[in-house]
Amino acid sequence: MNNYLTSTIFRKVLASLSGLFLVTFLVGHLVGNLQLFIPGVQGQTQFNKYALFMTTNPVVQALSIITYSAILLHIFITLFLVIQSRRARPVGYAVSNGNDSSGWSSRNMAILGTVLLFFLVIHLKSFWYKMHFGEMPYQYLSDGTKIKDLYQVTTSAFQNPFYTFFYVFCMGALSLHLKHGVESAIQTVGLRIPSYEKLFKYAAIAVAFSIPAIFASIPVYLYFTNI
Amino acid sequence: MGDLQLTLKVWRQRSSSDKGKFETYDVSGLNSHMSFLEMMDVLNEQLVGKDIEPIAFDHDCREGICGMCSMVINGRAHGPLKGTTTCQLHMRHFKNEDTITIEPWRAKAFPVVKDLVVDRSSFDRIIQSGGYVSVNTGSAPDGNAIPIPKEVAEEAFDAAACIGCGACVATCKNASASLFVSAKVSQLALLPQGQPERKERVNKMVSKMDEEGFGHCTNTGACQAECPKEISIEYIRKMNLDYNLSNLKG
Repeated sequence: MNNYLTSTIFRKVLASLSGLFLVTFLVGHLVGNLQLFIPGVQGQTQFNKYALFMTTNPVVQALSIITYSAILLHIFITLFLVIQSRRARPVGYAVSNGNDSSGWSSRNMAILGTVLLFFLVIHLKSFWYKMHFGEMPYQYLSDGTKIKDLYQVTTSAFQNPFYTFFYVFCMGALSLHLKHGVESAIQTVGLRIPSYEKLFKYAAIAVAFSIPAIFASIPVYLYFTNI
Repeated sequence: MGDLQLTLKVWRQRSSSDKGKFETYDVSGLNSHMSFLEMMDVLNEQLVGKDIEPIAFDHDCREGICGMCSMVINGRAHGPLKGTTTCQLHMRHFKNEDTITIEPWRAKAFPVVKDLVVDRSSFDRIIQSGGYVSVNTGSAPDGNAIPIPKEVAEEAFDAAACIGCGACVATCKNASASLFVSAKVSQLALLPQGQPERKERVNKMVSKMDEEGFGHCTNTGACQAECPKEISIEYIRKMNLDYNLSNLKG
């Protein structure tokens, strides 16, 4: 009806829903990554079999296409909105005191998002691209078959202190992005009703802290166990 | 009381087409009981004495209820005090020899007319697009003729406290008018009289808001922190929900 599809509110809803969907993706990804905590050959075998499953299973393939689409939608719709909001204030203020009225992360979602995009490109190149198109080492299983050894690629990548630090730093950016993003998305879709305001606030903080913290603990663990 | 002396950096702009720049003025002979606008009056008097054109700024009731006064004072819409318009901000909140930077509201939809005066008629056009009940209301109805629960009446009244000053737009990093529009939508959407035109109203007012070139809402909450009437972003949530539901249901 009327201008609904081109309205700022509808675009915000798209940004919110794609963002919330990506949070569920993060949870799934995190659960898979937890297998990297399993030590020795057992962990290597389990992780590599999991990686094989994730790259061949048709349901996962379909889900991954939805995830890539959500990422692209989230990037383009927010980019569009950022450009629109820049246009809404052609002349800025000489003095601004943003921290007096709002949180830093809420005002810098675009910067945080750009850091995450940069991270995503490097992250996909290191693991996803290598797994699909790069030269991979192989693990030979006891039954004689060989599978791509993503476990070795991952553990050796996190022996580099700079790469490990970069990963942890980007998880910090993710945390700040989620801190505002989750609560903001709930508000935009209209679910942040006053009687549950506190619940949503703490849920957003819990999500924003725990997901990146557990993600970051894996490379830190791998770095220090292989040092 | 004591004498107060200030250095003011004020935005001067001859007309909407002029580029504009900051001018620095020293103003003396002030006291801490003056309101910020009275301080501006003293400055203007001193400027006239020096044959400098006085600074144009918006003001009317000077009681904090008309929504005419504006000014971004040291980076804060209506200055540093919470829940206060510029006219109700008193000089006791500033220290002797402070430097204060005064700027107009900055938004594409609020073009500068002159100095600190901006054109806020985009707000009027949003109201004209649907912020009313289009029936002849006749004379005042009897009290309690239409029963409305106390909490609902309070909530509608809190939205109706919006004076349309534009501080929400001025303070929002995206120059979004969401707080204003949501208050004006909600003050009617919450009451029985507003129901027949509820869908149509929210659609028209949101469309007009977008058309006027305001930015989108990123839920930073800066508007509710700076709003002189302390209107809550809860109304923005209500407006979003109303807008989405009215379009999705068709």
